[in-house]
Amino acid sequence: MTSAGYVAAIPLLPLAGAAVLGLGGATLQRRLGKRAIGAVACGTVALAFALSVAAFFQLLGLDPEHRLLLARLFPWIHVGTLQVDVAFGVDPLSAVMILVVTGIGGLIHLYATGYMHDDEAFWRFFAYLNLFTFAMLTLVLGDSLLLMFVGWEGVGFCSWALIGFWHKELANTTAGNKAFIVNRVGDFGFVLGMFLLFWTMDAQGHGTLVFRELAQHAHVLEGVGFWGWPVATLVTLFLFVGATGKSAQIPLYVWLPDAMAGPTPVSALIHAATMVTAGVYMVARLNFLFAMAPATLAVVATIGAATALVAATIALAQNDIKRVLAYSTVSQLGYMFLAMGVGAYAAGIFHLVTHAFFKACLFLGSGSVIHAMRGEQDMRRMGGLVKFLPATSTTFIVATLAIAGMPPLAGFFSKDEILWQAFNARPALWAVGVTVAGLTAFYMFRQVFMVFFGTCRADPETRHHLHESPSVMTIPLWLLMAGAVLAGFLWLPFGLFVPFEHWLAPVIEHHGEVHAATSGRGVEALLMLVSLGAAAGGIGLAYRMYASESLRPETFSEALGGLPYRAVLGKYWVDELYDLVFVRGVLLCCRATAWFDLHVIDGLVNLSAAIVRGCSWLSGLFDLWVVDGAVNLVADVTQFAGRRVRNVQSGAINAYLYVVLLGVLGGVLLYWSWAAAS
Amino acid sequence: MSITVAVFYLLATITVGSALGVALSNSIVYSAFALMGTLLGVAATFVLLGADFLGVVQLLVYVGGILVLVLFAVMLTHRISDVNVSNRAVGRLPAAVLVGIAFTWMVHVARRAAWVVKDPGAPAPTTYGIGNAFLRQYALPFEIASLVLLAALIGAIVVSRKEVKA
Amino acid sequence: MGTLSLGHFVVLGGILFALGLFTVITRRNAIGILMGVELVLNSANVNYVAFARYANAGYDGQVFAIFVIMLAAAEAAIGLAIVLGIYQSFETIDVEATDRLRQ
Repeated sequence: MTSAGYVAAIPLLPLAGAAVLGLGGATLQRRLGKRAIGAVACGTVALAFALSVAAFFQLLGLDPEHRLLLARLFPWIHVGTLQVDVAFGVDPLSAVMILVVTGIGGLIHLYATGYMHDDEAFWRFFAYLNLFTFAMLTLVLGDSLLLMFVGWEGVGFCSWALIGFWHKELANTTAGNKAFIVNRVGDFGFVLGMFLLFWTMDAQGHGTLVFRELAQHAHVLEGVGFWGWPVATLVTLFLFVGATGKSAQIPLYVWLPDAMAGPTPVSALIHAATMVTAGVYMVARLNFLFAMAPATLAVVATIGAATALVAATIALAQNDIKRVLAYSTVSQLGYMFLAMGVGAYAAGIFHLVTHAFFKACLFLGSGSVIHAMRGEQDMRRMGGLVKFLPATSTTFIVATLAIAGMPPLAGFFSKDEILWQAFNARPALWAVGVTVAGLTAFYMFRQVFMVFFGTCRADPETRHHLHESPSVMTIPLWLLMAGAVLAGFLWLPFGLFVPFEHWLAPVIEHHGEVHAATSGRGVEALLMLVSLGAAAGGIGLAYRMYASESLRPETFSEALGGLPYRAVLGKYWVDELYDLVFVRGVLLCCRATAWFDLHVIDGLVNLSAAIVRGCSWLSGLFDLWVVDGAVNLVADVTQFAGRRVRNVQSGAINAYLYVVLLGVLGGVLLYWSWAAAS
Repeated sequence: MSITVAVFYLLATITVGSALGVALSNSIVYSAFALMGTLLGVAATFVLLGADFLGVVQLLVYVGGILVLVLFAVMLTHRISDVNVSNRAVGRLPAAVLVGIAFTWMVHVARRAAWVVKDPGAPAPTTYGIGNAFLRQYALPFEIASLVLLAALIGAIVVSRKEVKA
Repeated sequence: MGTLSLGHFVVLGGILFALGLFTVITRRNAIGILMGVELVLNSANVNYVAFARYANAGYDGQVFAIFVIMLAAAEAAIGLAIVLGIYQSFETIDVEATDRLRQ
């Protein structure tokens, strides 16, 4: 490895920007205007991009086996065998990531200066955006699992803050909360995996969380069991749970569609290009660990494929422009995990890169449309916008072609690479992938036709104000479109030109591309044709239903009693299920424990108090009846006796005389008996 | 039985009968008059015993003075309406028993006692002897007795005076 | 029963005494009680005089009897004065009713 201190500046520059804007942004905005804020925010990211490019070139100059630039900042945790420093490392994989984050992120920052122009909390937005960039860069540059987790949590927080940016609307803050809480569930899994990994590694004498050390020594976990399960499987499963949370796979994807409540640049940056890809990055980074757990890989592939399919079906019926893109993101992330699951780590990362280009372009384009429509997001009220928004339309349509997988655009190459690898691993997965490709083409072009072609269904007032966005917003669109066009050529099929694959090889090493040699070029070409056919079929169907009106959408929406339509429109009612089971379940537990606390515990306390009261009542009773009773008894006896004896003194003289006589006689009797005795 | 004894029994009967009347009568007026009878009988007994002066004194003082006083008091204190119930008595039987016991004992003692009895001789006038005794042996008691009478006189007046309402 | 003897008069005196005692005990009328007292005094007098004659005690017995009569008179006077006083206070001379010191 090479020591390169400037690498630390890559994450720290946006951090500095966030600090400046967070602490002094309001003042800055008042004094120097929003232009200054924008300059600071975009400037830090642009600088970081420049440094990332420099790091890339420096890596290029190094020998492929030793491509690692390390910037060690300071010691962090040194407890027993756990030795973790704060250090940032650039290797081929993280170089790809930082170029995507800073490059596409920088373009999105630029776009946002135009999009958020009318917002008074402009400075707060960019403070958060910069903070997010810092957290994301920490995530990808951190040289240990612990530092990655710091970034992992950081992007979660920033996502919450940015989704709920327009916090005066309760729906937005609720969406932010939902994102954070669902992420938290995933994070729990991540943490468990991290702990288990360290613990078991430590038990084998190699307790560490630093990636390059883990890569070196992870093999000691082979064959090691934990509570009857292979350790590698358990650890990777837990970590994958974290990935499903952060990257919106089944079952923790429900937050992503709701996250569209945030401003569109946020959706583009966080929920298309960067944060959601963190899970994919994590799997790629720990590919050596996943390679030791084929069971987990099977799970990953299956979930990826299932998610791709389910999300694509939901996207078929959505009417909100951003929601279609959200489900599309979930679906494409499913593709990436499918790739990871079959061991095609590099292909997955390649798709990550191409997806970042065209998805960001699509989101920013939709933002442009929303901006022109003055906040309208329902596609049923759009239409024919190609006349009014030429730049937006062009970039949008090109990006849509890319996502549909049309050659020679980027999506075609990356998607086909994944499909070919999937076919080699498990044909069933390939079948699902092709189906999803067809569905993707369909719903994306449905969106294009509904928004940009046909008659404009907007009301006259809105139509009057339709105009193209300013250049600060359209320039990023063109640039991203260029990326969507050109990026594909980094990995051509049939091994024609594969610099990307070679670039990532040292990181993936001998763990990926397991099934590379199983099928030949003929099969690959055939598969390519099949997927092309599926895509073309999707586009054609969309054309007939939404552009030419030869096939009415109602044919499908009312088919089979309308149930399938309502099911996909209602997102299969998963949110409702979660609410019922988890939210209400937790609330029920809360109520139960509150009841317990109130009635049982407080009841016991009250009972003891009542017992004390009862005892005091009893002793009071005792005092009243026994003690006082004794006293009263004495008095009563005296009174009673007195009353009886009093009668002697009756005042009746006769009685007195009577008694005198009796006494005399008695005395005489006594005297007699005494005299007789003596 | 000599005439003396018969006279004695007669007198005794009168006296005891009157005494019974005093004891048992329901009307106080009847009792008062029965008392008169008793006193008369006793006076006669005195004479029978040869105490002539005493008999007369008895008549004068007791009958003429005390009895009149009693009658005065009776008349002054009884209501015309309840003359019949003015002298009810209570607990006669137990009293009779007790009195009977007392009487029996007295008689028993009297019988057992060894009296020094002398033959009395013929009755003679006693006035001279009594007067002599009063002025010689019993002069002091006589004077004191008269003082007592004086005190009783004054006392009676004081006691029976009506309360002056101030 | 032959000649008169001391015993006759003693018995007479005893009877009188018993009757007098009976009267004192049983009478409810205050004056009745006083009458009983007179009877007792008379019985004592009879005794005195009888002994004076038959025990030949000279005139002592009779002198005593006279004293008794004198004192009986004094006592009767005061007693009846008290009875009158009681009558004024209590409106009755029933001794069973006069069982309070004050009415």
